[in-house]
Amino acid sequence: MSTNTTKGGTKPISAYLYKHARVRLIGLIGLPMFWIVGVYIFSLFLLLITAFWFVDPFTSKVIVGFTLENFISIFTVPAYISTSIRTLLIALAVTGVSVIFAVPLGIYMAKIARPWVRNALAVAITLPLWAGYLVKIIAMRLVFTEQGFFNWALAPLGISGPTFSIPIVILTLTYLWFPYMALPVFTAIRQIPPNLFDASSDMGAKGFTTIYRIVLPLIVPAIIAGSVFTFSLSLGDYLVAKFTGGSTQMIGSIIASNINLNPPVAAAFSMVPIAFVVIYLMVARRTGSLERM
Amino acid sequence: MYVPLLVLILNSFNQSNISSWPIETFSFTWWEFAATYQPIRTALLNSIIVATGSTIIAAILGTLVAFALKGYEFFGKGTVNLLVVLPIALPGVVTGVAFSNTYNNFLSPAGFNIGYFGMIVAHATFCIVMVFNNVFARLKRMNPSLQEASADLGAGLWQTFRLVTFPQFRTAFVAGALLAFALSFDEVVVTIFTAPPGVDTLPLWILKEMSRPNQASVVNVVATVVILISLIPVFISQRLTRAQDEGK
Repeated sequence: MSTNTTKGGTKPISAYLYKHARVRLIGLIGLPMFWIVGVYIFSLFLLLITAFWFVDPFTSKVIVGFTLENFISIFTVPAYISTSIRTLLIALAVTGVSVIFAVPLGIYMAKIARPWVRNALAVAITLPLWAGYLVKIIAMRLVFTEQGFFNWALAPLGISGPTFSIPIVILTLTYLWFPYMALPVFTAIRQIPPNLFDASSDMGAKGFTTIYRIVLPLIVPAIIAGSVFTFSLSLGDYLVAKFTGGSTQMIGSIIASNINLNPPVAAAFSMVPIAFVVIYLMVARRTGSLERM
Repeated sequence: MYVPLLVLILNSFNQSNISSWPIETFSFTWWEFAATYQPIRTALLNSIIVATGSTIIAAILGTLVAFALKGYEFFGKGTVNLLVVLPIALPGVVTGVAFSNTYNNFLSPAGFNIGYFGMIVAHATFCIVMVFNNVFARLKRMNPSLQEASADLGAGLWQTFRLVTFPQFRTAFVAGALLAFALSFDEVVVTIFTAPPGVDTLPLWILKEMSRPNQASVVNVVATVVILISLIPVFISQRLTRAQDEGK
């Protein structure tokens, strides 16, 4: 290419691309967009179409057709409604608990801890994020199982821990997704200029007033960015419920148990978390906090 | 946060069949067993193949998107950004069901069996964002006049990319690719729905074993291996990113 000397001067392709920004852009973005839209978005679209199909009750084969049955069942079958509401509440609870832990931890890390403690904590928060999703579920199972670590540790106090149920599901989900909340919150708090804290205390504000009136309003975008993950990841999860929730069912459980038996119902039910997440993303985008992701 | 993981790692050295606490006898029994057990080796190989394949695809696509979003202003830029994030923002079960539905209810009836490659396609889709984030963050801080200088000196686009641009974001590229690898290696929910019958990745194998009560201690061994294999790339990736940040 470097010794290319044709009539149009050296390096005709480079010269052409240099002049035509639009061609360059299409060249760059064409392939990735073909992949994401053509493969992923198209799959989601096909899923939506499948949601209108139905299954032959006798042969249990998927029949191509059009029915609103599947969508109607989401809003009429009591077990489906209660599962949707339960899942929504669990996801909100996980997000809430994450915020409650992340804000004090972030303030401590950013403003109080010494540099080496801060760095150590930052690494400590990030690493478990990568320690494996399934691995963490097993770990929580080991800790909270009947003869597990938790009951062993509390036995001298005469307390026995909770059995597998919704609280453990919330705890496990928080354990899984907490870093997604903690990191943006920490980053946001670190960016608050220190003189705001001084100004606040000069004007007579106590610690809590400062946190409530100065810190919180400034880190709301970070909390929203983090909550997109804690909320959406909890919303779609079902393995945590399966392994640490006893008989707890979530939306994901219904989708997973129907994917082979009745794909159209599974497809229709997939629209529920999509709807929740898209609404959440729209709201989050309006606040402009997605830039931080 | 680390207590559960420690309990798990220690339990992989538990001599007894079933995980318990406190551990009575420590031994390498289950480690030796796992090292020679064929299904585990096959699953490990599958995991590595899938993670490598999807990382390569994600690395190329993620870098392309990063360049497009960095260098150009165009209509729908925000949407492109959202599209890249979407595969990890939507729950795994939805992504998995969407792919599974496309493979089984559309491609198979049309006579096209995607099989093993389906897993790689699905994994690559949600790995793109990892490479994109890293490369994009680096490109934003790069000096565009270097590229112009290179063009002024007569270098073609490819030459400029190879000699000027790429060396500047190489570490971010590698860091992003390593994260993508770790993400794919660890993924289970999408894999459940996209793996062809009879094919296990390591997390999938763990999942199947978890539903049986007997070999709990082997599961702990494999889980420890998964922790290590996903942590090592992340560790290297963070070192790379930090070294570059400090160098600037």
